[in-house]
Amino acid sequence: MNRKKLQKLTDSLNKNCKHFSKFEVKCLINLFYNLVGEVTERQGVIIGLDRNAFRNILHMTFGMTDDMIMDRVFRGFDKDNDGCISITEWVYGLSVFLRGTLEEKMKYCFEVFDLNGDSFISKEEMFHMLKNSLLKQPSEEDPDEGIKDLVEITLKKMDHDHDGKLSFADYEQAVREETLLLEAFGPCLPDPKSQKEFEAQVFKDPNEFSEV
Amino acid sequence: MGVALTRSAQWTAAGHGAKTLEVTPLNEAIVKEIMMFVESFIYKYPQEANYVFVEPLEWKTNLDPSAFGSGYAVSGTTVKSEEVDKNGEPLLYLSVPKIKIRSFGQLSRMLYIAKSMKLKEAQACIEANRNPVAKILGLDYNIINEKNGNSFVASVLDKMNKDDDPESEIKMKIALQLKQLDLHLLNHSLKHISLEIRLNSGTVKNDIELLKQFSGKGEQTVLESIEYTSDYEFSNGCRAPPWRQIQGEICYVLVKPHDAEILCVTCSKEGVFLNGGKTDDEGQINYERKGEIYKDLVTLLKEKSAIFSENMSKQEVKFSEQLQKDQPNKAPKEEVAVTHKTSITSRKSAQEKNRINLGRSQLTKRLEPSLNWRTSVSSKESRNTLRDTQVEKHGGKLEKSRSSLSPGRAQLIRKSVEKIEEIISDSSSESEEDEEQPDHRQEANADLPSEYWQIQKLVKYLKGGNQTATVIALCSMKDFNLAQETCQLAIRDVGGLEVLINLLETDEVKCKIGSLKILKEISHNPQIRRNIVDLGGLPVMVNILDSPYKSLKCLAAETIANVAKFKRARRVVRRHGGITKLVALLDCGKHSAEPAQSSLYETRDVEVARCGALALWSCSKSYANKEAIRKAGGIPLLARLLKTSHEDMLIPVVGTLQECASEENYRAAIKAERIIENLVKNLNSENEQLQEHCAMAIYQCAEDEDTRDLVRLHGGLKPLASLLTNTDNKERLAAVTGAVWKCSISKENVTKFREYKAIETLVGLLTDQPEEVLVNVVGALGECCQEHENRIIIRKCGGIQPLVNLLVGINQALLVNVTKAVGACAVEPESMMIIDRLDGVRLLWSLLKNPHPDVKASAAWALCPCIQNAKDAGEMVRSFVGGLELVVNLLKSENKEVLASVCAVITNIAKDQENLAVITDHGVVPLLSKLANTNNDKLRRHLAETISRCCMWGRNRVAFGEHKAVAPLVRYLKSNDTNVHRATAQALYQLSEDADNCITMHENGAVKLLLDMVGSPDEELQEAAAGCISNIRRLALAIEKARYS
Repeated sequence: MNRKKLQKLTDSLNKNCKHFSKFEVKCLINLFYNLVGEVTERQGVIIGLDRNAFRNILHMTFGMTDDMIMDRVFRGFDKDNDGCISITEWVYGLSVFLRGTLEEKMKYCFEVFDLNGDSFISKEEMFHMLKNSLLKQPSEEDPDEGIKDLVEITLKKMDHDHDGKLSFADYEQAVREETLLLEAFGPCLPDPKSQKEFEAQVFKDPNEFSEV
Repeated sequence: MGVALTRSAQWTAAGHGAKTLEVTPLNEAIVKEIMMFVESFIYKYPQEANYVFVEPLEWKTNLDPSAFGSGYAVSGTTVKSEEVDKNGEPLLYLSVPKIKIRSFGQLSRMLYIAKSMKLKEAQACIEANRNPVAKILGLDYNIINEKNGNSFVASVLDKMNKDDDPESEIKMKIALQLKQLDLHLLNHSLKHISLEIRLNSGTVKNDIELLKQFSGKGEQTVLESIEYTSDYEFSNGCRAPPWRQIQGEICYVLVKPHDAEILCVTCSKEGVFLNGGKTDDEGQINYERKGEIYKDLVTLLKEKSAIFSENMSKQEVKFSEQLQKDQPNKAPKEEVAVTHKTSITSRKSAQEKNRINLGRSQLTKRLEPSLNWRTSVSSKESRNTLRDTQVEKHGGKLEKSRSSLSPGRAQLIRKSVEKIEEIISDSSSESEEDEEQPDHRQEANADLPSEYWQIQKLVKYLKGGNQTATVIALCSMKDFNLAQETCQLAIRDVGGLEVLINLLETDEVKCKIGSLKILKEISHNPQIRRNIVDLGGLPVMVNILDSPYKSLKCLAAETIANVAKFKRARRVVRRHGGITKLVALLDCGKHSAEPAQSSLYETRDVEVARCGALALWSCSKSYANKEAIRKAGGIPLLARLLKTSHEDMLIPVVGTLQECASEENYRAAIKAERIIENLVKNLNSENEQLQEHCAMAIYQCAEDEDTRDLVRLHGGLKPLASLLTNTDNKERLAAVTGAVWKCSISKENVTKFREYKAIETLVGLLTDQPEEVLVNVVGALGECCQEHENRIIIRKCGGIQPLVNLLVGINQALLVNVTKAVGACAVEPESMMIIDRLDGVRLLWSLLKNPHPDVKASAAWALCPCIQNAKDAGEMVRSFVGGLELVVNLLKSENKEVLASVCAVITNIAKDQENLAVITDHGVVPLLSKLANTNNDKLRRHLAETISRCCMWGRNRVAFGEHKAVAPLVRYLKSNDTNVHRATAQALYQLSEDADNCITMHENGAVKLLLDMVGSPDEELQEAAAGCISNIRRLALAIEKARYS
């Protein structure tokens, strides 16, 4: 990619993304191209990270393990649903992922948890997401009973309009009362430690960067 | 009666000489019975009454010959009965002090004559005649008596048949009567013995355990505390050392009732009684009995403590029910408790349960080796070694199970080991609920609230869930009403505390936050606090203080603030370096460009500092922690935080400072850091709590003169004065009046207070206020009274009446201040008239009997101006019956302040010649002379003044010389205090009127010292010294003259 084009891209991304400085945007673009590899740009071919590559990053860098959640995170990043994350999607996604405000993060997380995209988190979706969250006790007759109970507890806590499912309003209200519920159904944001490490690694000293 | 006397009666164990009967109820009863028998003998058996004894009963009597009337020939010191035997010998012969009696008739009459003394006479008779039967009937009858009952009748009949003369028949009858009496006495004494109490270790232990359950802080409990003096229990259940066990003693307990001093009580087989208490130095017990024997502990305590008996009667039913329930099946009940505990902590497997039981049985076994008894009473090291060896013996397994099983027991052991440190490391600057209250777990079979089961379920998810489930469970748990005790205890009882503390050790920030949010709430409960400490929660929280996430730090600090409300917790925080870390939290605002809340776990630096201050506030109640805060550089940081304007921040900061200001070091630092200025500023705050703590801090700091000036210079007196008018908030009022009191020690401040009309307000506060307020108000008035104008103000506002009324209180601090204030008022003759009219002098005088030396001394100082300014002072003093003797006897006190004050009072009393004569009769001279060898300048001054005053009567001058008071007085001249010099010179001047004293003075080098004094600028001193020298010189001249003429 030529220098001029890169500069233009950086400028446009920086304008639309308040959470990163120009330098940081540069670093992220750089990282993106490193990850994608040297693919010559051709007309009609979209350059980006596919599902597997992205999941790999989530797993290796941010320590995520839940397949389903990782898939949902990919969908969260992949705004245009083309099965691959473009450079724009990458920077925008990371801006929320790393630096997003509570509002942005709530929106993002709700999208992640709303598996079927119907703007509600239903009981079934909760059950699906929580099904591995409890240690299976062999003594129990119904191994799913604990999960069902946990779903009920969650609903009781978050379903303010008592319609048996969580709307975004329900979710928002619950999170504003207790921030810990932001990632109520599974970790879909980086934990602070790996976030710090990631940022430290990517946004290296500018002088160092220029030498590279 | 022979058998009864030898077997039942309790003789003193005197080795040789005449044995005497011990004064016991049993003996008294026996003697009374015998007396009644003898007294009625003459009416019941007139014939037998004339029988003449084989040998007379002889003893030393106290009867006076003149008491004998008709029927007796009285001559000087001898009395003979007109009744005589066959040979013409009198049947009663008294030759003072010996008395001989030879018939029952005479015995009866003698007892009749003796009247009120008869009991004594009967006892003397029995003591002198250890075998009366043999003397009365002859030896052979005595032998019969010794045989057993069946053969006795046979042998009597035998004898009757053998010799048929009437005398032996009478003899037989008497013998039978005596035998009957003997049986009667034995029965009687049996009844007595059965009435006597026999306690055993089991019943005593049950009593104490039960009382323990009903002890603790609070109004409902029967006692504040009850504990054994020794932790070691012998295999027989006794705790007394073996050599005391021989005396029948079982154990010793220290009981602290709500309304009395600590009682040291001995529980012995005979009953329960007060002993001499613990001696201070070695912790040994003075085993001497100091009071009556009561049948059990409860009876004793009912007698000693009114509150105990009151609360006891409330709980009587409950108590006795439990007693009954407990006694028969104590062991099984304990079993139930254990299994209950294990079953609710569902995590514990059956195997572990077995281990617990194993641990239990070994624990009880541990009590057996009684050879180690010494360890229980001696130092803690040896106890430790004992414990260690025990643990080794049973292996590490026991160690582990013990800690999980019985936190109470482990805690007990730990507590006793660390007790010593606790005593020195804690200041009790605030009434804190340090008392470790009895742990009451919810009954297993009681109706558990629905919350219990819901919480149990949540704890299950906490244990078995991943991070996501854990967070959900934590959030849900937070929705319960955690301020409610049922929920708090439910979390603990289902094993939630362990899990919550465990979560703190994970890496999951969200879990830690959630867990701390819950711990923070439930740690408001005192029991939970202790459980958290027992489970080792504090070190983990202290570590979290290092966390990079501010909100986590905040929560940890806040939780520590809640938990560290009792000594042990505060110590743990310090030992794990918590103080340094908390102080570090205060260091905020350095990076003024605070990043915006970038992460979920960030919070403002100010908030972190606030939480740090909050935790330090709790910790600062221990002395060692105050020191640690200072060393960690906390004071400058607190001073900086004090400049902020957030009330939330200021309250804990000022609270910490106020708590720490009890230490000298702090007060200096507070002055140096210019903290006073900000304290004064915050007095003007709107927040009552903040005002209270600021006033409290000023109260603590204003001990120092510069600080008092600073308060004035920064305009702090005006807000203080205006806060006095707001009397609704008593805590704040107490703090404010305290600050006013301490500030008014400086005269300039008093002047300001007068300007602000504070004195009038203070007088208004003399009635209807709690004692804490009164102490300070009266203290402040006492300081104000040092000035004439203020005394007038107080009198004019009618302050004297309420002050005098307060003289009848019992609060020591209050009495000290009241006496001071009344004394200061008495300087004004007009005020003195009012005090006299209100009988204030008598009240002051009776305070001289107060057990507390400070009160005594203060009352004595107050009496001085009273005597000076009263009209007819001499007459007034004499009107107090026994008053002068009381004052003179106070010279035997050991407290220097009391002695000095009493000397001052005597100086004033002695101004009246008649009173001086009376106190001289009470031996004031030798008592004063005895005090002469002292180094205390204050005492020296007043002593010398008194001596010079007492010289004015009779031959007191000579008497002082005889009691060797002169030589020490001369040494007073070497003191550095001019007041001492003046008083001493005056005393010496008075004493030098006696020639012998002059010689003593001269021998002790008084002349040279006095010559220096003549050059003093003090005229009185000059004059007295010169007078004394002239007396000595005149004597020398007279001697020279006598020698040469």
